[in-house]
Amino acid sequence: CSNKKPTPPPAAPPPPPAPAPTATITANPNTVNAGQPTTLTWQTTNATDVTIDVLGSVDPNGSKQVTPVESTTYHLVAKGSGGTQDATARVTVSGGGASQPDEISLSDQQAFAKYVKDIYYDYDAYTVRAADQAVLQANANFFKQHPNIHFTIEGHCDERGSTEYNLALGDNRASAAKNAIVQAGIPASSVRTISYGKEKPFCTESNEQCWQQNRRAHFVISK
Amino acid sequence: QTDWIKTGTNLGVEKVRLAVPDFKAGQGSESLSAAFDQTLWNDLYQAGLFDLVSKSFNPTQAPGQPSEVELNTWGAPPPNASMLAFGNINVANNEVTVQGWLYDVKNPQTPQVLGKQYKNGATVENTRLIAHKFADEIIFRLGGGIQGIAESKIYFISTRTGHKEIWAMDYDGSNQKPITHLGSIVLSPRASPDGARVAYSWMTNGWEIGIYSTELGRSVNFARLGGTNSAPAFSGDGNRLAFSSSRSGDPEIYTSDISGANLKRLTNVKGPDTSPTWNPKTNAQIAFVSGRTGLPQIYTMDVDGSNVIKMTDQGYAISPSWSPNGQFLVFAWTRHYGPGAPGAQDIYIMDVASHQWVQLTHDGGRNDFPSWAPDGRHVVFQSSRSGREEIWSMLADGSQQTQLTNSGANSMPNWSSK
Repeated sequence: CSNKKPTPPPAAPPPPPAPAPTATITANPNTVNAGQPTTLTWQTTNATDVTIDVLGSVDPNGSKQVTPVESTTYHLVAKGSGGTQDATARVTVSGGGASQPDEISLSDQQAFAKYVKDIYYDYDAYTVRAADQAVLQANANFFKQHPNIHFTIEGHCDERGSTEYNLALGDNRASAAKNAIVQAGIPASSVRTISYGKEKPFCTESNEQCWQQNRRAHFVISK
Repeated sequence: QTDWIKTGTNLGVEKVRLAVPDFKAGQGSESLSAAFDQTLWNDLYQAGLFDLVSKSFNPTQAPGQPSEVELNTWGAPPPNASMLAFGNINVANNEVTVQGWLYDVKNPQTPQVLGKQYKNGATVENTRLIAHKFADEIIFRLGGGIQGIAESKIYFISTRTGHKEIWAMDYDGSNQKPITHLGSIVLSPRASPDGARVAYSWMTNGWEIGIYSTELGRSVNFARLGGTNSAPAFSGDGNRLAFSSSRSGDPEIYTSDISGANLKRLTNVKGPDTSPTWNPKTNAQIAFVSGRTGLPQIYTMDVDGSNVIKMTDQGYAISPSWSPNGQFLVFAWTRHYGPGAPGAQDIYIMDVASHQWVQLTHDGGRNDFPSWAPDGRHVVFQSSRSGREEIWSMLADGSQQTQLTNSGANSMPNWSSK
């Protein structure tokens, strides 16, 4: 007898299209004096990944206090399986001598990352290179404009040589950079130095390009 | 080899032809007797004092008691031994008992040089400890009164737990275990002469010195000095510490008592000054590393900072360790050093008085952090010749180089008396 092949089960119906995400963001107040905080509030639906350009990735719903230095448009992007949805909130910053808030505002960190540069050292040396004098001067100017920012200068060395000697050399490198910053008018009390020797390399290949990367004074905001 | 190393480390003395047959194993002690025989043999081999008779030359019947010894069979070829170490090992109600003798084969009337009995709980570790003790007795007798190292320890830095902590192991690489659990970066472990404390440098918002007590099993306090405090080293009498500190704004050598009080600053020159090591015999001199003329070189000075003498004059010289008899420095040196293509970094030994030096390692990799053993004949050091940073030991004439660790990223060894 012919064996009847069992009929395959009916194909499952295609899943319903995922609902598109919705998103709203507001700033209250939306006009502030320089240095005054404002509160961003946002809601989204059907979104698995929500980012605000200044804050990075955030919860689907939430609020956050920010202190913009200049007028800023906060741009929110909500992504979900059903697509993406944008929303914006504009904050206007008017002039006027607002007092500097104590805690380091977000934009200070942003500005720090943008304007403050590391400097690099020659082989087994801790004297500041001629070209880097200008970099330290620019760093000092930034710190004059942001007197509330305290920062640490880390001394780093490349992987060669002994662990103990590099710890001392890193200390000399951090102090050399600090001395230049202090001579440019920054109070010594707002600058901390620390040596990492060769314990925290920025890259680990054994070649001159990477070694040069690691012979440096690295500027970091002190928490 | 130039003879000044041989005489200074008494490695030049004629090696004693010693036969060490396996000990007679009583009922139920087979597993422990294997550990005993292997440890005893290794300890006597590592001592570098003996021309050990290979076991294949031994007569088939190994003596377990003095009554079973026929001295003439050991004195004649093939063993041709001048000394015989033998004995027995038994296990009963959970205890292991070892009896061991050392016989002078060339003195049949009164052959016994040494006879010892040991008893301990029947574990492998206890059995190894008995073998270490018996080996040290033989080394002391036949080595002209030098202290054996079979029970000594080696401290070192390992990253096995994810970051750098202090570890300890027996001198032959067995029994490796973590000592500190500080959860930050720990460097430069250095044991006090009596082995009761281990000084170190650790990252705690800035580098500070720490002191670990091996008796209490935890760290005891030490003053916070500010700046970068690193490379601590105990004086030969264990009462003072030398270290590098940048609390004045530039890394200088300081001494203090072992709680960090009574600070004395010894150097006063711009540039890195670090890695101090005391002359353990006189306690009156300190060798250290300084970058005052550019690349780091080794210097010695009196303990008040005066009478600074430059010991090396080329390349990149670091990590000095002063020998127990005060005669030698061992250190790491890259003699042909320059950007781009530096030469190899190897361990060297230097006679302090004459500045004569000899290269001890020639096997490639970066060799660093030599540290003298308490017997003044062995040196432990770190090498990357196997492709990863590991701890190695050797005799102070560069022979018998032995790898002790093999888990990768082990560094900064320091030999402790116990």
